[in-house]
Amino acid sequence: MASEPLVSIENLTVQFRTDRGWATATESVSFDIGDGDCLGVVGESGSGKSVTALSILRLHARGTSRFNSGTIRYDGRDLLRASERDMRAIRGRDIAMVFQDPMSSLNPVLTICDQISETLMLHRGLSRIEARKRAIELLDLVRIADAARRVDEYPHRFSGGMRQRVMIAIAIACRPRLLIADEPTTALDVTIQAQILELLRDLRTELNMAVMLISHDLGVIAEFARRVVVMYAGRVVEDAPVDVLFRKAMHPYTEGLMASMPALDGPVRRLYSIPGRIPDINEQVAGCRFSPRCGHAEAVCLTAMPDLVPVSPDHRVRCAPRTRTTGAG
Amino acid sequence: MAAEPIIEVRDLDMAFPVRGGPGGKTVIQQVLHKLNFDIAPGETLGLVGESGSGKSTAGRILVGLYEPTGGSVKLFGQSITGAQRQHGLAAVRSRLQFVFQDPHAALNPRMRVGDSIAEPIAIAGGRTRRDRADRVRELLEMVGLPRDGAERFPHEFSGGQRQRIVIARALALQPGFIVCDEPVSALDVSIQAQIVNLLMDLQQKFGLSYLFIAHDLAVVRAIAHRVAVLYAGSIVEVAPKDELYGDPQHPYTRALLDAVPRADPDRVRGPVLGGEVPSLLAPPPGCRFHTRCPHVMPRCRTDIPALRVTTPGRHVACHLYA
Ligand SMILES: Nc1ncnc2c1ncn2[C@@H]1O[C@H](COP(=O)(O)OP(=O)(O)OP(=O)(O)O)[C@@H](O)[C@H]1O
Ligand SMILES: Nc1ncnc2c1ncn2[C@@H]1O[C@H](COP(=O)(O)OP(=O)(O)O)[C@@H](O)[C@H]1O
Ligand code: SF4
Ligand SMILES: [Mg+2]
Ligand SMILES: [Mg+2]
Repeated sequence: MASEPLVSIENLTVQFRTDRGWATATESVSFDIGDGDCLGVVGESGSGKSVTALSILRLHARGTSRFNSGTIRYDGRDLLRASERDMRAIRGRDIAMVFQDPMSSLNPVLTICDQISETLMLHRGLSRIEARKRAIELLDLVRIADAARRVDEYPHRFSGGMRQRVMIAIAIACRPRLLIADEPTTALDVTIQAQILELLRDLRTELNMAVMLISHDLGVIAEFARRVVVMYAGRVVEDAPVDVLFRKAMHPYTEGLMASMPALDGPVRRLYSIPGRIPDINEQVAGCRFSPRCGHAEAVCLTAMPDLVPVSPDHRVRCAPRTRTTGAG
Repeated sequence: MAAEPIIEVRDLDMAFPVRGGPGGKTVIQQVLHKLNFDIAPGETLGLVGESGSGKSTAGRILVGLYEPTGGSVKLFGQSITGAQRQHGLAAVRSRLQFVFQDPHAALNPRMRVGDSIAEPIAIAGGRTRRDRADRVRELLEMVGLPRDGAERFPHEFSGGQRQRIVIARALALQPGFIVCDEPVSALDVSIQAQIVNLLMDLQQKFGLSYLFIAHDLAVVRAIAHRVAVLYAGSIVEVAPKDELYGDPQHPYTRALLDAVPRADPDRVRGPVLGGEVPSLLAPPPGCRFHTRCPHVMPRCRTDIPALRVTTPGRHVACHLYA
């Protein structure tokens, strides 16, 4: 990336207070999101995808969470150190977020118009009438048919897919430069998922915004992203352009994840499964967090936490054996 | 499949009274519409379709949880519909089991895992406490959990392990048929594979039959022998697995397969299927898929297509194949 990234996360470590003390949810997470980029973040449940996303907007509960280290650079500022007032201005206007469950994010007693208008009146200072007009345009933009009529309805009249379109309309209302979509299609049927992904893809180009799409589904990532960050147990384990990742993944976890995906074509084989399970947030694992499940672990993996090492200018891997430079002498 | 089917479903209808008519009036919602299918011993029938298409309702009927409003169901040769329902259910109940999606909800959090697994045995009567404890250890081993797991509580186990516990409990009475309703949907892919493989191994070992319900077509491909596709309460296609995935015939089956994202960044996908599943309260006339179908013809808007044999073993409900 030649130009300055839009958002640059460096060395982010987030902890939560649990009944067994402070537990580390993400450790030393570093990656960039370029202007207009289309970044996929993939990993199994509990790997720290949402924690990282919520850190960008600083949406963690105070008191039970803390940033142990790190910076998140945006527009010349460190968001982790910005004032709450600045953060309020950034949320929704510069950086917006869409969540998995559109129903719990919508207020059941307000009309769709009210909910879209709220952001517009707050951030853009539009009048009620202007906001309503813009709300209808936004519903059109997210391909909701008959927008002028539907804008006055309540969320319960909308299907799951429609509600997610409304959430996207609210998120893009102020033309953010970055849209974070955290599992936006996980609760939806595949045909509706395909519609929503297509919509996000179109909006990204139409509005020229960066999108960070979080998913546990490698298929969704393959179809949507241009660059992919793979997370495991709170760490970034691999970061590569999508075609590089799917052609020659280098981290054993990425390989395992790909091998466990049941296929829709080719011979039907017994499914591959990564042995064991992801460690709990309170579990201490020495060395590489994946080593207890890894078929390629060596002595060094069990003792030293490997670094995220660049193997080419745009490909980083956190695995000591796989990134060892051979034939140096 | 030469063997006599152990499940025979004929013209199965299910309707629920729901509130939702004009002025909040109660109206009848037709959820399943004339389903026909069989399941052979040792066979897995996959049941796929979008949410609300009626998969769970069909599964619940097959284990006796719902009484259908029409048609007939025979399990192990016993009718569980009409006048013989009570008698039939009593005769086959111990051979039917159910595994749900959410292993958290399925286990009593205050009950030791061993007691949860032994519960069906205790309810069925017979066996001493000691016998039951032996059987629990045997079951734990069968599903790949440590034997001492019996003394622990559900919260000490991960989601995948809890699903193993639920499966152990389902096996307690040596069933012949298990309805698995989205058993791996809540699990991570690497854990999904473990559970799917376990279910396949158990089938081999005990000759079990499964109705495997899932919205994930790729998972179904790994485990099912045949697959039925539901759309808005009707079966639109039933076919042996290789035929269904290799050459889907019904336009909905094709659209559904096409919508599944592949782990191939170079794939160029076809046009995205528009629209949504119609409301069951006001289903469209004719073919229920006609509002979204790219091949719709005039008769599709008026005539309901029958489920017809297109090639041996395969049934499709679409006017393109009439
Ligand atoms: N508010 C919180 N308090 C305590 N622990 C938390 C909190 N939020 C997240 N965690 C823990 O941090 C870790 C990472 O969680 P995170 O939600 O980021 O995972 P994820 O990758 O988004 O997973 P999923 O795919 O399930 O959404 C988990 O172990 C989780 O339990
Ligand atoms: N007990 C019930 N009472 C009323 N409606 C029901 C009941 N169970 C299911 N339904 C309705 O039947 C339809 C099919 O539901 P279900 O079988 O759960 O679908 P699926 O499992 O395919 O998602 C839905 O419209 C649902 O709301
Ligand atoms: S019957 Fe007509 S509308 Fe229905 S799937 Fe076939 S072609 Fe499409
Ligand atoms: Mg999450
Ligand atoms: Mg269901």
